[in-house]
Amino acid sequence: MSNLHQIISLDLPPLLTAVCAALSCTLLGNFLLLRKISLMGDAISHSVLPGIVAAFLISNHRDPLTIFIGAAAAGLLSAVCIETLRSLGNLEPGAAMGVVFSLFFAAGILLMEGAAARHIDLDANCLLYGQLESIFWYPPTSMADLLTVDALWSLPPQVLTSIGVLIACTLFVLLLFKELKLTAFDPALATSLGFNATAVHYLLMVFVATAVVASFEAVGSILVIAMIICPAATARLFTDNLRVQIALSAVIAIATTVLGYFLGAFGPELVGRTESVSIAGSITLAAGFFLTTAALFAPQYGYLGRQIRHRRLALQMALEDVLGVMFRIEEARGLASPANREVMVETLGGQKAVDMGIAYALREKLIEKSADNFSLTERGRIRAQDVVRSHRLWESYLVSRLGLQADHVHDTAMELEHFTDQPMAEKLAKRLPNPELDPHGKKIPSLNSVDDES
Amino acid sequence: MAKASSLVDVSVQFPQADEIIKVLLLQSGHNTASVMLGAGFLGVAAGVVGTFALLRKRALMGDAIAHASLPGICTAFLLLTSLGFAGRNLFALLLGATFSGLLCIACVHLLARHTRLSEDAAIGAVLSVFFGAGVVLLSIIQTLGTGNEGGLHDFIYGQTAAMRRVDALVLAYAAGLTLLSSLLMLKEFRIVCFDSAFAEVQGWPSNLIDAAMMGLVIGVTVIGLQSVGIILIVALLIVPAAAARFWTENLNIMTLTAGLIGGISGYFGAAASALFPRLPAGAVIVSVCGVLFALSMFFAPRRGVLATTLRHSSLSLRVAREHLLRTIYETLETSPQELKAGKALSIAELKNHLGAVPNSFVVFMLRTQGLLRRQADGSLALTESGFAEAARVTRNHRLWEEYIVLHGQLAVSHVDYSADLVEHVLSQSIVAELVEVLRRAGRLPQHASPAESLHPLTGGAA
Repeated sequence: MSNLHQIISLDLPPLLTAVCAALSCTLLGNFLLLRKISLMGDAISHSVLPGIVAAFLISNHRDPLTIFIGAAAAGLLSAVCIETLRSLGNLEPGAAMGVVFSLFFAAGILLMEGAAARHIDLDANCLLYGQLESIFWYPPTSMADLLTVDALWSLPPQVLTSIGVLIACTLFVLLLFKELKLTAFDPALATSLGFNATAVHYLLMVFVATAVVASFEAVGSILVIAMIICPAATARLFTDNLRVQIALSAVIAIATTVLGYFLGAFGPELVGRTESVSIAGSITLAAGFFLTTAALFAPQYGYLGRQIRHRRLALQMALEDVLGVMFRIEEARGLASPANREVMVETLGGQKAVDMGIAYALREKLIEKSADNFSLTERGRIRAQDVVRSHRLWESYLVSRLGLQADHVHDTAMELEHFTDQPMAEKLAKRLPNPELDPHGKKIPSLNSVDDES
Repeated sequence: MAKASSLVDVSVQFPQADEIIKVLLLQSGHNTASVMLGAGFLGVAAGVVGTFALLRKRALMGDAIAHASLPGICTAFLLLTSLGFAGRNLFALLLGATFSGLLCIACVHLLARHTRLSEDAAIGAVLSVFFGAGVVLLSIIQTLGTGNEGGLHDFIYGQTAAMRRVDALVLAYAAGLTLLSSLLMLKEFRIVCFDSAFAEVQGWPSNLIDAAMMGLVIGVTVIGLQSVGIILIVALLIVPAAAARFWTENLNIMTLTAGLIGGISGYFGAAASALFPRLPAGAVIVSVCGVLFALSMFFAPRRGVLATTLRHSSLSLRVAREHLLRTIYETLETSPQELKAGKALSIAELKNHLGAVPNSFVVFMLRTQGLLRRQADGSLALTESGFAEAARVTRNHRLWEEYIVLHGQLAVSHVDYSADLVEHVLSQSIVAELVEVLRRAGRLPQHASPAESLHPLTGGAA
């Protein structure tokens, strides 16, 4: 019981704050990612510093609302400055962001010196790393009282703020989903359809600034930047559908936060060390872990998936090339004429591809080996016939329809034959003046000639 | 003296004027002098390297590299400590920073090249994850309690005050070396910046040149870590180059200007940091840089905001002036006697024909030029020279109208607006050429004859 109580009082509030902050940032980050302005999160989270310090200096105390307004104002001002630099100064977006946020940040550090001079304690480090570790709750002692309104209202202000901002961001994305989507993919089309792309941009910036400001006191600006970019980028590697991407990124954000939190809070203990680890930092690392995993293993857009598809394609092409050569040899010397490896290498070039093709064809039982020679099996002959048919159909098409020279089309047909399925081959055949002979006078094998003969 | 202030007294004390001069003239001790020279060299090198990074649209790579140096620094510190050496060895730390900078570039490159993520998302992701790793390592170092980890935080915001003379000298040499190598690579960088595809076709190894450029960015970043800090070093790379962009369109001049702006920022920023030891050097240097940027942005002669705005407003004044003259001319055109006699038009009439009340500044300008006369009742009339100018303006308008009807295949009813856009910027030689073209086609309008106007002015005169 006391153990559970300890978790609720020490671990639940920071975890809840981090999850809500991560979700807000991720939701908005999806749209920043699509508009290729992901670094706006970086720029705004650095730019809020002078606003915070100025609000401190003006109000002279830690009133959260004043500071929130100051920070959000500075964040928005930086967004306006970036746009102005882009349009007035003809600077590319990256440079405009770099100029604005670094100057804002420097101004913030200098202002902070003024704050220190007036004995106001401001720690720039806590803005960078956040103070997740210092959020805790004194919940009611009995479990039954936990879910009463009074008890929930006594949650730390960071928790309540981040929940509020999450609700606001969710509503924003739900209500303006169509506008956000349209302006993200095609601002010019959006403008011509009567949506105000600039207004949507600034509205998005307002919410990014709000989310950044509300989050980073708790979780630190570095985690805010990571959460704006990483989960959305991870999800983008899995899907082309925006709704799926947003849902997936939200799931990833939650998983990242939970994993990072537990690694940071309990990791050192688990490996028997006594050091404490920055939780914001470990959540960021978890975000990086998920992104790396996706970049490597995502089925369609991941590195390995792509490599495997390339290899598979290369293998299939090698196989079909081998079958094609054997079919032509049979054509010249009669059915079941054997072919050896040297002939194939000579015809196709590339020993490695031929060996790959032979091995694959043997495994698929499309060819048989006897002594040093190979011959087509029944199934192999059908497959080979399709390949040669596509090849010669393409040659005929390229000559008769596209007007290429007959002695120039072989190499092109060698490529195209691998990407031609049966319906496409039949369409090609219909367009040919003479679907019986190819430009070199060779017979184009018919569709099911093997079946006919048997 | 500011340095003498106690720990309790945190108010900012302004140094005496003679002390400021002493610092600025490098007379305030070898330590300060070498720090200032080092920062100055760093600024020049950053400005020069940043110019290429900016033109190559890689401005924010510097940001990523700088943030990524934190885990390198921390790892080097941990390694040194675990091997039993003192952790705060500047060279080992900077070596660590260089390694993680290289790793960061490799990661950004892999993500941007081999996945569908765009370069900015890759930069942001790598930047935050590397910095997060650094934060984790830093928190571990702090709980290790070795006692000499205090200086690591200086890398985040930059602190020159703690710099030793030998460090500063080595950094100055390194900055000079970076500068020298970027000047040696000037031609290669230029060609890759402006047209990397062309460079490739011409047989330049553009990937290698890009790598060299990023190597120099790493160099500048690592050198600048100590004085400017992780977060603000990117400013030294971007801001001088962006400022220089306002001054010129010539790469050599831009490189020089950026170097100069960077150098001034580094020198004076380090001086200020020596005078106010509590101020983080990075912020001061970047602030100087920011002031120079603002000055460049507003006051640079050709591309600056002020010059551009002036050019725009002088053009719109000219347009308003010519419209007013042409309106008067066309209103009176239907009766040549009234036109010749210089009949006055009331403001209400003008408003009717112009579509708006004439701009009073334009009227004032025309009156001081002696082109317009104001009658006692407030109505306006053309003077003799005003008539000639109005005729010229109207003629330009009609020449261009005729030309677009002839060669642009536009309907007569559509050309008035298009001619409006162009008539104000026709130079004399173009007018002469237009006359020649139209004369040959037999379509030359006579400016003083209403019959030649494309739009018989019945509606306008009514």
